[in-house]
Amino acid sequence: MSDQADVIVRIASVLGGMADPVAQRAGEIDAETSIVRDLKLDSLAVMDFVMALETEFDTVIPIDALSGVETIGDLARLLQPTLPRPTHAAAGR
Amino acid sequence: MLEKYADLQAAYARLGSGGRNPFSVAFEQMLSPTEAMLNGRPVLLLGTNNYLGLTFERSCIEAAAAALDAEGTGTTGSRIANGTYGRHAALEAQIAGFLGRREAMLFTTGYQANLGVLAGLAGRDDNLLLDADSHASIYDGARLSGARVTRFRHNDPEDLRRRLRILDERAEPTQPGRVPSRNLIVVEGIYSMMGDIAPLAEIAAVRREAGAYLLVDEAHSLGVLGERGRGLVEVAGVEADVDFIVGTFSKSLGGIGGFCASDAPDFGLLRLASRAYMFTASLPSSVVAGVSRALQLVEEQPAPRWRLARNAERLYCGLTAAGFQLGPTVSPIVSIRLPGPEVAMTFWTALLEAGIYVNLALPPATPDSKSLLRTSVSAVHSAAQIDRAVDAIAGIGRTLGLVPGSSAELSAAAD
Repeated sequence: MSDQADVIVRIASVLGGMADPVAQRAGEIDAETSIVRDLKLDSLAVMDFVMALETEFDTVIPIDALSGVETIGDLARLLQPTLPRPTHAAAGR
Repeated sequence: MLEKYADLQAAYARLGSGGRNPFSVAFEQMLSPTEAMLNGRPVLLLGTNNYLGLTFERSCIEAAAAALDAEGTGTTGSRIANGTYGRHAALEAQIAGFLGRREAMLFTTGYQANLGVLAGLAGRDDNLLLDADSHASIYDGARLSGARVTRFRHNDPEDLRRRLRILDERAEPTQPGRVPSRNLIVVEGIYSMMGDIAPLAEIAAVRREAGAYLLVDEAHSLGVLGERGRGLVEVAGVEADVDFIVGTFSKSLGGIGGFCASDAPDFGLLRLASRAYMFTASLPSSVVAGVSRALQLVEEQPAPRWRLARNAERLYCGLTAAGFQLGPTVSPIVSIRLPGPEVAMTFWTALLEAGIYVNLALPPATPDSKSLLRTSVSAVHSAAQIDRAVDAIAGIGRTLGLVPGSSAELSAAAD
């Protein structure tokens, strides 16, 4: 569970790096936060958000894997298996 | 049925209230590649993708008219079910020869070329790696393929390399009797919204390291870039690293249609596997003949490309000097970044009032949700036309407070 909390903190930091007004909601997210309804990201913004997460977590999330993702918790579960990896590729970006 | 588009409808209504409706522009008459009649007045066209101005080229019109007369208005069917015309095969051979490839396949539009090629090449066990700023036709083709699709950061070979590494780590050994999973990288020569250019040499290097395949969509760069007009692949000198070249006839060649050219063994199998090729009517002979003549002109005459490059530079430098924020590269697509959709709409309307037509490009069709005034130059724009456009754009930009006034105005204001 603490793993999931860690992941959500990192998701929030990525969200905080996005353009306003999305960035302003970064502090309020938890596992139940809906990406479309609460964060009000449209389909394109979701794709850009995921691309930033892929860099942060040094992973690849195929677009079709997103079809079942509704909440931040769903996203965390998608990202969690790759957690132990260092994020050297993300450095400097 | 259309209730789901309520948000779209609301956004459209908001746009309409700010001025003229950009989606309802209907030219009464095309006067030339650079001028049309709109609401009873001539307007300067600065957003047509008519890069070489060939839509009114006399020899293209004559070739198309002769074919129209000889072979009729349409083919009334698909290549696969209703037969290929000699002209289709001849144009395929001409394109293959022009690009130095073994084979080329025609599609009825450029959109269908990407749809048919990506869905035909990639299957559910393959990975498609798309530049994030790819055209909608690439995304749609990728989705139709059933392959695993990932976007890499726009023009970022390092992010592409990182993704290929991760996909390689995840790859499972190929089971006996199964076809191995392949990785296909997709990039564009010139990106249609910002006019920037792919770092193709670096991307080709990543392709070599990873043993992947590479497709380059030269929609906006064919006939535009390269000493011989062969596109960015020619400029970057990486023809051996590019497996598939996609292009369109509707921009520099002034017609309509698309193609894919390749040296891949058995490339022709796509004719039996690509649904966007198989299940649509083939190009009419008049279009094929006009495009064939246009391609011949591209091969024979480099001067229009030089004029195009000079015009692009004139517009880019003029707008930069006026203080606008443009894309990172000088190319025939010059886009002005504006702070938001409302300002863009106001600007676009004022420009049309001043007799200049450009493209209004708004999110979600733009990268990073930018609001853009997108312009594209032609080889047949005169220097005077470009200067007139720069002056008009700069004047409106100053009126709207988006760029600083001229130095004379500034010093007058300081006094």
